[in-house]
Amino acid sequence: MILALVVLVPVLGAASAALVKTSALRRAALILAAAVHAVLTGRMWFVRPEPIFHGWLGLDDLGLLFLSVTSGLFLCAAVYAVGYLGRESAATHSDFEENIFFANAPEAVFIGGLLMFLATMSLVTISQNLGILWVAVEATTLASAPLIYFHRHHRSLEATWKYLLICSVGIALALLGNFFLVAAASNGHSESTSLVLSDLIRQGSKMNMPWLKAAFLFFLVGYGTKMGLAPLHTWLPDAHSESPSVVSALLSGALLNCAFLAILRAQQICNAAGLGSFGRDLLVLFGLLSIGWAGIFILQQLDYKRLLAYSSVEHMGILALGVGLGGAGAFGSMLHAVNHSLTKGLLFLVAGNILAAYQTKEVTNVRGVLRVLPISGVLWIAGFLAITAMPPFGTFLSELTIVKAMLDQGRFVVAVLFLALLSLIFIGMSRTVLAMAQGRPADKLTPVTETWSAVATPILLAVAVLALGVYLPEGLTTVLRAAARELGGQ
Amino acid sequence: MTNSVDTIMVLLVLTNLVLLGSSRMATCIRVVAIQGIALGVLPLLFAADVLEIHLWVLALIIITMKGFVFPGLLSRTLRELNVIREVEPFIGYGISMFAGPLALGLCFWISSGWPLPAEISSSLVVPVALFTTMTGLFLIVSRKKALTQVLGYLVLENGIYSFGVALARRQPVVVELGILLDVFVAVFVMGLAIFHINREFDHIDTDRLSSLRS
Repeated sequence: MILALVVLVPVLGAASAALVKTSALRRAALILAAAVHAVLTGRMWFVRPEPIFHGWLGLDDLGLLFLSVTSGLFLCAAVYAVGYLGRESAATHSDFEENIFFANAPEAVFIGGLLMFLATMSLVTISQNLGILWVAVEATTLASAPLIYFHRHHRSLEATWKYLLICSVGIALALLGNFFLVAAASNGHSESTSLVLSDLIRQGSKMNMPWLKAAFLFFLVGYGTKMGLAPLHTWLPDAHSESPSVVSALLSGALLNCAFLAILRAQQICNAAGLGSFGRDLLVLFGLLSIGWAGIFILQQLDYKRLLAYSSVEHMGILALGVGLGGAGAFGSMLHAVNHSLTKGLLFLVAGNILAAYQTKEVTNVRGVLRVLPISGVLWIAGFLAITAMPPFGTFLSELTIVKAMLDQGRFVVAVLFLALLSLIFIGMSRTVLAMAQGRPADKLTPVTETWSAVATPILLAVAVLALGVYLPEGLTTVLRAAARELGGQ
Repeated sequence: MTNSVDTIMVLLVLTNLVLLGSSRMATCIRVVAIQGIALGVLPLLFAADVLEIHLWVLALIIITMKGFVFPGLLSRTLRELNVIREVEPFIGYGISMFAGPLALGLCFWISSGWPLPAEISSSLVVPVALFTTMTGLFLIVSRKKALTQVLGYLVLENGIYSFGVALARRQPVVVELGILLDVFVAVFVMGLAIFHINREFDHIDTDRLSSLRS
């Protein structure tokens, strides 16, 4: 029953956050639930919990990897959120883009939503039954919608509506994929077919191929909408730019991974059925398309939170591309998922600090971050170097592994395209980010003393992604290799 | 049982056509409710053994949710709003009505080429489920009012669900309930969002929600 605790603890936390009256207790509940969740997850690296509910919930290496990323990032975000809520506690706020006043959602709703978000994402990572997986992914959408509408003004409402509708429709299509999978698995015989992953994998090539192909397509389009693969990503920049930065960090670093995991489950079944290359080719196609599409929008981006959002589209493309290549690419992709989550968490949290100091999301109005916010400024540049995969950050190592897989397989066209797009994105981002960091700030801005809650967790994330570039711990490599093997790579 | 399954399939087609052609939102909500009740009966018709108790419980829950709770939630939202009908959709009612039968024909043509799993007794199920799914998607993209889009989402869900009943009769009940619960919360949250949109903007036209770009 240890496994069920990763879902139950945040749910209990959410319930207590809704019940207690003072905001101090509520914030304590958030930190406590996040910490207990992280400890439970950490323990699973040493003692792997038994599957429960007839094997419907279980933890394989893929699940463990994504659960750990989610849990770690959430703990960082929770610490940051406490400081953030302290700053946001005024009754009304004046909007800096238009001349309007708005209120925030009640703190109980926000903290409750955050914890339910954690619970549903944890459920995604431990689901072995594809039906439960679907339920969990849709639940993540519903739990996170109130978080995007934290600032109650019309722009965040617009973003919330697009998020809700586009993702719900996308995920509904994934449900169709589920049913097609049942049709593929039953393949003419009438005995009951289960949607448990291991049963489906065991069936292998006995499945009905046309139905299985159709199922994979619907999974890819359905969960791909949630993951932000171009051209299905349209909700993503709006939701990321309008939600509070701490929520953007979680959406980008944890939620997109969870949707990716759902696609990986479909790929596992395809591999077992001998359709591995069909799925992988599609992943390569969507991966390159996402990187290219994001690159175009990054080049001309004037809003730095949208810039980061498009960068997430790019990196989701890289993840899909890595798994699509197979072989060493799968290992690189898994490592990159970890690196991207850490880096994007760092960047969004720092973006939150910049937003709080400058009161604008326009790139052209932000100058001299290094002078106004000395610590955040350095972190902003470090995050930029990490996200564009400069050595010695971990992202360099993971993208290098993916490029190496391309060259080993002789896919030179893919490699050239990939490297060209990455350099394009590097140029686009460097222009924006460096201009923001350097220069002379407007006269009214004086250097701000930064609070520890605003910079401690970004520093931690930056150190982590730097450390992963220098040294890969033995335990992590083992799990990454096992996860890549589950995907048919090495 | 094939006859009664066919009857329900025809009912689904008719309700879809009504949805494509009517502008009054109250009517649309009622039609979606009828569709939901019809779908709730389906698991009973497909079952080998009609006396299984969990089948009846499931049917009862589906009918309550799809036939009464979802439409009830939407009607309550509608009462809060100052809109009665969807005027000037992106694609007019005439063209929508014309597109309906065309799409139906297309669905029959597509599904005629698919290898049918053995458990589907009626040849109408796959094309009609496909048609309902397409109708739902069409309503979402062709209508402007947020409420009509939620109705479209429900129709889409109904279409997918009718696939599910036909293909995956032996899905565990827990999964079915989980799916229903998710859709319930989705409709609830979307209803709330519409309420906020109406208060913030004084309208629920999603084409005018356009301040976020590129």
